[in-house]
Amino acid sequence: MGVKPLSPFDLSLAAMLVLALGILSWRLRLGLEKRLAISALRTTVQLLFIGQVLRVLFTHANFIFVFTISMVMLLVAGREVVARQHRRIRGLQGWFLGTGSMFVSSFAVAFFALAVVIAKDPWYTPQYAIPLLGMLLGNTMNGIALSMDRMTETLWQQRRIVEQRLLLGQTSLEAIHEIRQQAMRSGMIPIINSMAAAGLVSLPGMMTGQILGGSSPMDAVKYQILIMFLICAGTGFGVITAITLTCRKLFDDRQRLRLEVLQKH
Amino acid sequence: MGRLEIHNLTFRDRGPYSLQINGGECVGLQGASGSGKSLLLRAIADLDPHGGSMRLDQMECADVPAPQWRKSVAMLPAESSWWLDTVEEHFKNFSAISKDYLAQLGFDSEVGGWQVSRLSTGEKQRLAILRMLENRPGALLLDEPTASLDAVNITNVEQLLLEYGCDNNVPLLWVSHDPDQLVRVADRCLYMHPDGKLTAYGENDGC
Repeated sequence: MGVKPLSPFDLSLAAMLVLALGILSWRLRLGLEKRLAISALRTTVQLLFIGQVLRVLFTHANFIFVFTISMVMLLVAGREVVARQHRRIRGLQGWFLGTGSMFVSSFAVAFFALAVVIAKDPWYTPQYAIPLLGMLLGNTMNGIALSMDRMTETLWQQRRIVEQRLLLGQTSLEAIHEIRQQAMRSGMIPIINSMAAAGLVSLPGMMTGQILGGSSPMDAVKYQILIMFLICAGTGFGVITAITLTCRKLFDDRQRLRLEVLQKH
Repeated sequence: MGRLEIHNLTFRDRGPYSLQINGGECVGLQGASGSGKSLLLRAIADLDPHGGSMRLDQMECADVPAPQWRKSVAMLPAESSWWLDTVEEHFKNFSAISKDYLAQLGFDSEVGGWQVSRLSTGEKQRLAILRMLENRPGALLLDEPTASLDAVNITNVEQLLLEYGCDNNVPLLWVSHDPDQLVRVADRCLYMHPDGKLTAYGENDGC
């Protein structure tokens, strides 16, 4: 069974729902109409564009091409991580912390899955590599952005407590132990929760897509389990790396809290 | 313990400050709000970046890990911070705190189990002094230690801190807005001018 193609008319029917929500938002003065319109427009344009790119990519399994697309995805995700932080580390370093952590975790996990688990020939077969990396990056990005935002914001709010603990002779790691723990947890909890709820509360997007596309439910489920494990590992490693690096930037070599490295958004 | 020596200390656009406080000596520090008294204490506690050198007895600040310096040269901030539920959780070993100290500040050993959220500002400040002394510091930097206390507790705290200094040969740097208090506690006084300049005035007898 193939997938039933959707016409522009079908999509415009769905867009009517978003339009209705926009009207409701306007009546309720939620002030979200503009953002809703821009986001709906962005999702349409971006997805149509990436559809065209993937169409070309899938017909030419070229490593350089796959690598370039991956890098573009990484850079955009890195920008997004920075944009989502209320207080971020100044300059290129702040961008590098998030992006570097995403690169290390997502790319390593994606490479492991492609080369060892799925083991298609070549390992970078774009039909597998791009969607897999996309899902990994998307989730890792959310986790890292959440945890870094939590880390810097809590540290800012509790700066007096942290300095009091330093004054009592605690090391910088001891003084921010709980803040660090909570930041890492906040980045990992969403994926842990969605693993726990998968199948019971929601049917994950990729699996739904595969089933709609005609795959057997059991094949779709196995891929979904693989993806869940990969996302969990990628997000977890990414969050731990990002928070560890962020903590290092927030203290100097004499273990003094250096909040001036933060910049308000 | 012994002498605290500060040599050409600079921080932000302030200094250089040079200052020696002998063991058992209390130096009072007064000055207008915003003149940089607290900043000076923070720099001596190595909590802010600074230039120059500092030494407590044989220990050179730059040669020891920062936590070790801060345990030895303890700073009491003007307002104490607490982050756990009960008082005793903030101490390494609350049961080892001297009963005399507790009694002198108006507490008994029951206070360990008290909820921090129920403490008054004054109680927190007095307990913060005990918490600071738990490390057996070799120098004390006190930023308005009695600002939130009533008259009886002010006397008790002054007595406890001076006793600790004299008994253990520990230098004290005591910031206060109350000139009368400095007359009572300090052996000599320094005044910090709004431009950050430090001048000496007044001398009392020692321990």
